[in-house]
Amino acid sequence: MSVLIILIIVSVLVAGGFLIAFLWSVNSGQMEDDYTPSVRMLFDDELTDKSTSKSKIQS
Amino acid sequence: MQQHCYHCGTDCDESILIDDKFFCCDGCKMVFQLLDENGMCQYYDLSAMPGMSAKGVFASDKYNYLDSVAIQDQLIQFKLDNQAHVVFYLPQIHCVSCVWLLENLHKINPGVLHSQTHFEKKEIKIVFNPTVISLKELVQLLAFIGYEPMIHLGGNDWLKKKKVNKLQLYKIGVAGFCFSNIMMLSFPEYLSTSVGDIGNMRPFFVYLNLLLSIPVLLFSAKGFFISAYTGLRQRWLNIDAPIALAILVTFSRSVYEILSHSGAGYLDSMSGIVFFMLVGRWFQDKSYDSFSFERDYSSFFPLGVTVLVEGKEINKPLSEIIKDEQLLIRTDEMVAADAILLTEGALIDYSFVTGENAPIEVPKGEIVFAGGIQKGRAIQVRVVKPVGQSYITELWNSPLLNADKNVDKSFVHPWSQYFTYVLFGIAICTGMYWWWVNPANILPAVTSVLIVACPCSLLLTVTFTYGNVLRHLGKFKMYCKNSSVLEAMEKIDTIVFDKTGTLTNHEDAQLVYEGIEFTKEEASIIFNVTRESLHPLSQLITKHFGSQNLDQLQIEDIQNFIGKGTLAICNHKIILIGSGSFLQDQGVVIDIEIQSGVYIAIDKELKGIFKMNHAYRKGIAKMIQHLKLNGFQVHLLSGDHPTEKNNLTEILGENIPMQFEQNPNDKLNYIQALQSNGHKVMMVGDGLNDAGALKKSDIGIAVTDQTHLFTPASDAILEGAMVQNLDQLIHYAKKGKTIIILIFILSILYNLVGMFFATRAQLSPMVAAILMPISSISIVSLSALLSYSFTRGLRAKN
Repeated sequence: MSVLIILIIVSVLVAGGFLIAFLWSVNSGQMEDDYTPSVRMLFDDELTDKSTSKSKIQS
Repeated sequence: MQQHCYHCGTDCDESILIDDKFFCCDGCKMVFQLLDENGMCQYYDLSAMPGMSAKGVFASDKYNYLDSVAIQDQLIQFKLDNQAHVVFYLPQIHCVSCVWLLENLHKINPGVLHSQTHFEKKEIKIVFNPTVISLKELVQLLAFIGYEPMIHLGGNDWLKKKKVNKLQLYKIGVAGFCFSNIMMLSFPEYLSTSVGDIGNMRPFFVYLNLLLSIPVLLFSAKGFFISAYTGLRQRWLNIDAPIALAILVTFSRSVYEILSHSGAGYLDSMSGIVFFMLVGRWFQDKSYDSFSFERDYSSFFPLGVTVLVEGKEINKPLSEIIKDEQLLIRTDEMVAADAILLTEGALIDYSFVTGENAPIEVPKGEIVFAGGIQKGRAIQVRVVKPVGQSYITELWNSPLLNADKNVDKSFVHPWSQYFTYVLFGIAICTGMYWWWVNPANILPAVTSVLIVACPCSLLLTVTFTYGNVLRHLGKFKMYCKNSSVLEAMEKIDTIVFDKTGTLTNHEDAQLVYEGIEFTKEEASIIFNVTRESLHPLSQLITKHFGSQNLDQLQIEDIQNFIGKGTLAICNHKIILIGSGSFLQDQGVVIDIEIQSGVYIAIDKELKGIFKMNHAYRKGIAKMIQHLKLNGFQVHLLSGDHPTEKNNLTEILGENIPMQFEQNPNDKLNYIQALQSNGHKVMMVGDGLNDAGALKKSDIGIAVTDQTHLFTPASDAILEGAMVQNLDQLIHYAKKGKTIIILIFILSILYNLVGMFFATRAQLSPMVAAILMPISSISIVSLSALLSYSFTRGLRAKN
């Protein structure tokens, strides 16, 4: 049964690791903007070239 | 066929075309071309018609004040030789395309090194090289592509806000971590009585729990103790006091039980309370994050002005203007201080100050008042009163406005006080009962009562319900300042509407012609004459004829009579265009009653009248009808002439008190008179001219067609298109209280169950640990569910 003590200590330490990760992420500003990064990662650079060739200015 | 502008989505004709793309104006076309040249058409692929209508006007001189070093220093946060950091607030950010375009600014101008947007705060942080692109050029670029920054001088308040926010997240993180671990470590204890003995492991679990609960008490719960303490010092029992007491009692009893080996304590409940309360507070703060409502006259005024010193133009911050300085005011710039006009050609639009739609021509030597917008060519003025003393700012400083409003305590506050009294009552009764029956049970029973009857359900209900209601109102384009607005809504019995810009739409004013049909020649003459004039009404007439393909004619002679009209000779005909009285003075016989409008006479014979037809917003009549049915008194105030009175009576119905030609002060006094008769008044208006009334009223709702522009100090902002739903919105906002009362009943039921165990001194840690989260979670979800289901009426309409 006393092996439980070790297991619990390990589990608390693991959870503590996540807590530290959370505190670090708050501190580094990751929680300040929870929308823009999700949009930003979807921007596609290739698309730009395609659309340049597609439309030519006439006026 | 009706087309939509490829850039901004405005309805347009087919006159401006590139490839197969239509544009509403040259401005939009130019923005498209700029993006196209730089290979940035992905902007249009990410969302359809994402742009801001450019209207083809780019006042390049508008940002000259950004050349002033004093202003630059206030805006730029960090500066090296070839690098500067600046943060702008861009209220126009609304879609993915905006983010993409703004983060690719470096493709348009290499001077921009890096740009990063914050979508929810609508902010952009730009790192740029000041030797390549100046701050002014940067702002011009942003304005050109449709994202004109809203520049505020005076501090980085938003920076402070972020830091506070971080601390709160730390607290939630720590509380959540401790709460979940304590919960897990408490499981053996919950089950130990029935399943078996956990024997020598028990102290380990219990002491670990105690260790974990210390950061919750000392760090996460700190805010509650501080707030309760400050409340008590001011001899006021605030809502944090019972929470702080519950936390303290729970903790001390748990420590006592653990140290005396008599039990495992209620540390799980304690950390649970703290965690849920912190989440509630965070939610509350988040719903108010994005709106800044505290504005005064200075947010309407330009930040800098052009001062003429010995013929040279110098840019100065507004606050440094002194008496007798000469200012240069260009087209579409605002007159920043009361001043005497030194040059001809002033055509001042006072619609923000007086609410009157038509611009006024001011002759040389007269005074122009701060707040007017110059519509004609550039003028020079000499300041007679500095900004702080001008007519419009004096209104703001009126002592009438300095009283705080909605200071009544929320209806929840008495409840929470009763709650506290009842709680102490029950605790004392329980104590007395056990003192008589079995004194050993006094302490367990009394502390159990304090532990289980936590007022958090009260607080959570209010926070979450109002938060939800505010959020749903926001979806229907009504943005309230805070929850006290919702509570004040309950008491409103009188609604006062402004006409211009509220019931009517500023921009959709249409000309309607009444009279004898023009021949093509006559139409051409009028077209050619009005084209010469800068007066907005003339321009409207020009636009009216613009699509008719008329001939270009030579004008032989033209005379302008300021404030009256124009006399011109064209094609050997004498043409008179102007007000009715002007035409009469010139010898034209007018046998109908003179009204406002543009009269046209050719060869001294009246042809007809162009009337401004106020475009009323759709659905107004029905909305007013509903409001009246629901028992509201409706009033109407207008800065305009009473010419529209019959029309308004037709739309709004009889028995509506209407006041015309009201200046800002009259409006303010009108509201005050209503209030002193015991009415609770809601004012719906827009513009600077309503600002005093909005502020004075119990609830001031600012109507705006562009959420980000010109919003006077108000309690709520309503988008123009949504005015027709005002009755529904008010109805919904009032539902908040119903929801709260329903949930209070539920939470009282929870408390009764808890009390049943507690007063019998039988509250096991397990019951407490189950009851707490269940009550919190069910309250939060019920509040979300109810506040959503009550939006049904609004959803059906949209």
